[in-house]
Amino acid sequence: MPTETVIAIQGLTNRFGKTIVHENLSLDVRRGEVLGVVGASGSGKSVLLRSIVGLMTPSAGQITLLGTDVLGASAADRAAAGARTGVMFQDGALFSALTVRENVEAPMRERLKVDPVTRRALADLRIAMVGLPATAGDLYPAALSGGMRKRAGLARALSLDPEILFLDEPTAGLDPISASAFDTLLISLRDALGLTVFLVTHDLDTLQATCDRIAVLADRRVLVTGTMAEMRDVADPWVHAYFHGPRAHAALAAAEG
Amino acid sequence: MAADTSREAPLALAGPVTLGTLDETGARLRRAKADVAVDLSAVTALDTAGAWLLASSGRAFGGGDAAQTLLLRTVQDALPAPAKAPRRKMRYRAGDGLASVGMAVGRLLAATGESLGFLGLVMARLSGLLLRPRRLRLTALVHHMQEVGLNAVPIVALMGFLIGVVLAFQGAAQLRQFGAEVFVVDLIAVSILRELGILLTAIIVAGRSASTFTAAIGSMKMREEIDAIRVLGLDPIALLVLPRFLALVIVLPILGFVASLSGLFGGGLMAWIELGITPSQFRTQMLADVSAAQALVGLVKAPVFAAIIALVGCHQGFQVKGDAESLGLRTSRAVVIAIFLVIVMDALFSVFFAVWGI
Repeated sequence: MPTETVIAIQGLTNRFGKTIVHENLSLDVRRGEVLGVVGASGSGKSVLLRSIVGLMTPSAGQITLLGTDVLGASAADRAAAGARTGVMFQDGALFSALTVRENVEAPMRERLKVDPVTRRALADLRIAMVGLPATAGDLYPAALSGGMRKRAGLARALSLDPEILFLDEPTAGLDPISASAFDTLLISLRDALGLTVFLVTHDLDTLQATCDRIAVLADRRVLVTGTMAEMRDVADPWVHAYFHGPRAHAALAAAEG
Repeated sequence: MAADTSREAPLALAGPVTLGTLDETGARLRRAKADVAVDLSAVTALDTAGAWLLASSGRAFGGGDAAQTLLLRTVQDALPAPAKAPRRKMRYRAGDGLASVGMAVGRLLAATGESLGFLGLVMARLSGLLLRPRRLRLTALVHHMQEVGLNAVPIVALMGFLIGVVLAFQGAAQLRQFGAEVFVVDLIAVSILRELGILLTAIIVAGRSASTFTAAIGSMKMREEIDAIRVLGLDPIALLVLPRFLALVIVLPILGFVASLSGLFGGGLMAWIELGITPSQFRTQMLADVSAAQALVGLVKAPVFAAIIALVGCHQGFQVKGDAESLGLRTSRAVVIAIFLVIVMDALFSVFFAVWGI
């Protein structure tokens, strides 16, 4: 199958005052892959994600999302491209005034013409697909645990059947069992829904378990991309330390064991 | 048609089976017999909504490609048991109205009790501070004095000036009918010094600062900062409430004074323009008729208003729960309660001073 590029970033530069976060950064994401983005704290992973989904305007560069030039397109075109993507924020970013079901229904309510009964059924289906119990639909976000909030956030991100899913630290703050359950969930959803996943994470286990390709952000650009195995052979000291540290070995051992 | 249903030709779907075609596909499925299988070999696109429709019809499938089959299976596995929509029966029974009145009264009493408890807590901490004045957070105090005091001077002065102008204008129109124009000075001086200067300042500060206090403390509560303060063995009252409380108690009389002065200035200016009362005439008339007690009666109320505004603002901040909506609710409630209590307190002061004969 020819691999189509769904996100193309060229020459991206992000500057906050005198601080340069990205300089001439380029990155391609191919359809159907799970791309893990790693980097030291402050290396601009979240800024990159926010630039792609249009939450902030970069200082320079070009971002093509599903064939739409995000920076040059009209607001309507950008919104149309946005409807084909889903974003899960770090803590779910659920609307606290709505129940979980209403949260999942919200994008459908705003974007699609679906009758309320079908909408409710589809929301319940998504809630079940992300592994939440049926009773969770009636709860408010304040009543959910951290792991449930993340799953609910994922259900909302999936509610428009996106082609690309952006995940910001999806397993941060989860216990190891929930985290690996999340990894499994991600893979099964990717296979079933044909998703492309842009995954910002620090979790080596998640990288090992889910990612087809890994992009390392350092020195204001994408230092290197490649599979987990290729990452171990990179000579750069930071990358070497990252993928050869004690935690990396533990993750590798767990994956091989 | 055919006698043997298992032999019956499967229902062949074609084209996209997605959210957009949900109605047509649903209609086709409904027309077919319940046990007819579905053939997916001509389906070009299948999304979650389409898969949901197929899976919830409970039929057998065949012919889909690998991805479609996987999606269908995932949806089938996740399909929640058809839940009956819970229908709550809302029946009105005799006594419901009475019960809700009772609950409202109960809540009001509980809220009053809580507020009194908070007042007591703050007073206790304040007296502790009097014993050990070095514990006062001086930096925070000065910061809040600048925020609620200095930064409010322009708006308060402008408000006072305009009130003075309006009073002079209206008073002149009425008093001219009796040829008693010169008494506009008494009207302006008494009403601004005694009542309006301080009351309107308190209302502006309530809108400005009570909401700020609630929002600041409330968002700290939402982000567990208050809990962090407690865990560190520090006292959130001493750290957050006392500087705000003291700052407001110190600056509100000053703000009231500023408002009164600019009110007199505005009134005097208008009296000069409108009635030809020169500034020196204004001064002589005011000093002859209006005693200093009038100004003191006004200023003495300011610290009490300040205490009300600060306590209500901070208390509402501590009542914020986890969600964003409660922050907004508490902020608006803080302003409403603070202004209401300020006006009630002003009325009580009036009664008190009237009985006293001041």
